Amino acid sequence: MNPVTGAAFALATVGKVMVFFTLLMLAVMLATIFERKVCGFMQDRSGPNRVGPWGLLQVIADGLKNLLKEETMPAQAVRPFFLLAPVLGILPATILFAVIPFASPLPTQWGLVEMIVADVPIGFLYVLAIGSIGVYGVAMGGWASGSKYSLLGGLRGSAQMVSYEVALALSLVPLILLTGDVRAPEIVSMQQTFTAGPATYATWFVFPLLIGLFFFFVSGLAETNRLPFDMPEAEAELITGYHTEYSAMKFSMFMIGEFAHVITVAALVTVFFLGGWDIPFWQGDNIRVLSDGTVIGEPTWWKTLLTLGAFGVKTSLLVLVFVWIRWTLPRFRYDQLMDLGWKFMLEAVTVYILVIAFVILGIEAVGIPAGGWYAFVLFLVNLALAGALFFAMDRGKLIRGGAKGVKSAGGDAAEGREG
Amino acid sequence: MPGDVKVVERPRAESSYVRAAAKGMSITMRHLLSPNKKTQQYPDEKWELAPRTRGTHRMAVHEDGRAKCVACGLCPTVCPVNCIKLVPAEDENGERYAAIYEIDEFRCIFCGYCQEVCPVEAIHLGVHYENAEYSRERWVYDLERLVEQEHPVTALWDPQDPASQ
Repeated sequence: MNPVTGAAFALATVGKVMVFFTLLMLAVMLATIFERKVCGFMQDRSGPNRVGPWGLLQVIADGLKNLLKEETMPAQAVRPFFLLAPVLGILPATILFAVIPFASPLPTQWGLVEMIVADVPIGFLYVLAIGSIGVYGVAMGGWASGSKYSLLGGLRGSAQMVSYEVALALSLVPLILLTGDVRAPEIVSMQQTFTAGPATYATWFVFPLLIGLFFFFVSGLAETNRLPFDMPEAEAELITGYHTEYSAMKFSMFMIGEFAHVITVAALVTVFFLGGWDIPFWQGDNIRVLSDGTVIGEPTWWKTLLTLGAFGVKTSLLVLVFVWIRWTLPRFRYDQLMDLGWKFMLEAVTVYILVIAFVILGIEAVGIPAGGWYAFVLFLVNLALAGALFFAMDRGKLIRGGAKGVKSAGGDAAEGREG
Repeated sequence: MPGDVKVVERPRAESSYVRAAAKGMSITMRHLLSPNKKTQQYPDEKWELAPRTRGTHRMAVHEDGRAKCVACGLCPTVCPVNCIKLVPAEDENGERYAAIYEIDEFRCIFCGYCQEVCPVEAIHLGVHYENAEYSRERWVYDLERLVEQEHPVTALWDPQDPASQ
């Protein structure tokens, strides 16, 4: 069965856009109630539980409330940008979802429909490009509000997001070194086992690229402005920063954007490092569509549903980790945040890319073909690096006073300057 | 920093961000999984109040429904914030009763002196706290309202040991 073409392709794409956008908005609604429930449990409370079963309808009540509330417009606000900012906050997070493969391809009578809205050849480069646009919502919202607290929040937010974008992009370079392709479906296929077709690694990239996952996740936290990197919001200092002046649905759009961003980053981590929609320990779901249209594996509709479920489970678990971190770790101070981003993450990721590149060179010189053993060697290297990283971070004191003459973040210890 | 200041490094186990973060994460996860939630489902599940809780007033009544108050005037006298308004009257049998008896619960400081001083144990504070009203006027309780209250009365002293010995 060949992939769909022509009018069927256009129709399928429109259908997928509608289905996935609805699913994403539904997921955002569930994520808000999920976060409130989990944080309640962590504080020995029971969380919202009055509206509907287990408080599930609380989100609908909140949505209705936000629709009915008064929209305020500060006198100092710059009207067009003030109105535009919430849209820019919500837009990147939602259109990022276009390049994420959700499930194995679905066979229909017109052909095979890949479960991805736009299988663009530039793959995750699109992710990085669109992810960068997210900063506009924050910066514009902060500036257009005409309030100094909002402005500070917006400034901090833009500086932070721009800084961590570097580490975010670099942490994906080892992934390109392994896959040689940036298309998301291809990255998922590379993590599965196939008997035919081009060689794959037969294991999730979390093993051969453990540290890459760590850096990607930390930068992802910073990109989504979640604790411990919620500089732009900083409730105590900035009265929630860039969206202080927003009310009702405009405020709600910022929140939807934030949660959509969290889900998107969780989905990206799933695709890049946790095998995407791959179901572990089962080879039946390994379906690959090569760029010339050849299909390896046997796609069926129930496999599509099962893999969609697997994708959902992995993404939800990652969202749980996001929430867990948010309700545990305190916020970094601003200089600590910048130190961590520029003086530690950037160097560490660069060193990591070099190490992985040299190891790959070594493995190929020895002559191990791409596959399980290849990944295993990389996994061992990553374990050693993880040990070294933990040692450095433990000794290096990521958090310390920023006064002059005091040694600064992480990297110091690795260079042996610690007393 | 002056040259003679000695900088003492804290031990690593105390100052390591990684270890502290891991410890914090384990604490929150333990609480997340623990079934022991402290939330009290308030309107459904009410707090058990102590018998000596001092809340809004209640007037005790005779078996025929008349208020026990004999309008002696002790409670408005003893009241430190002057929140009790009493106008005495006498019926055809020569018995005194309160023609007007109003307590402004907004002024009341719930000291309990009125209950303590009452010779016929008519006015009492109540074990009660749900008093929301739509207007301030409703907070001035008249005699009828005081009689209507049904909540338990405050035990200002232990009936077995009235002098607290």
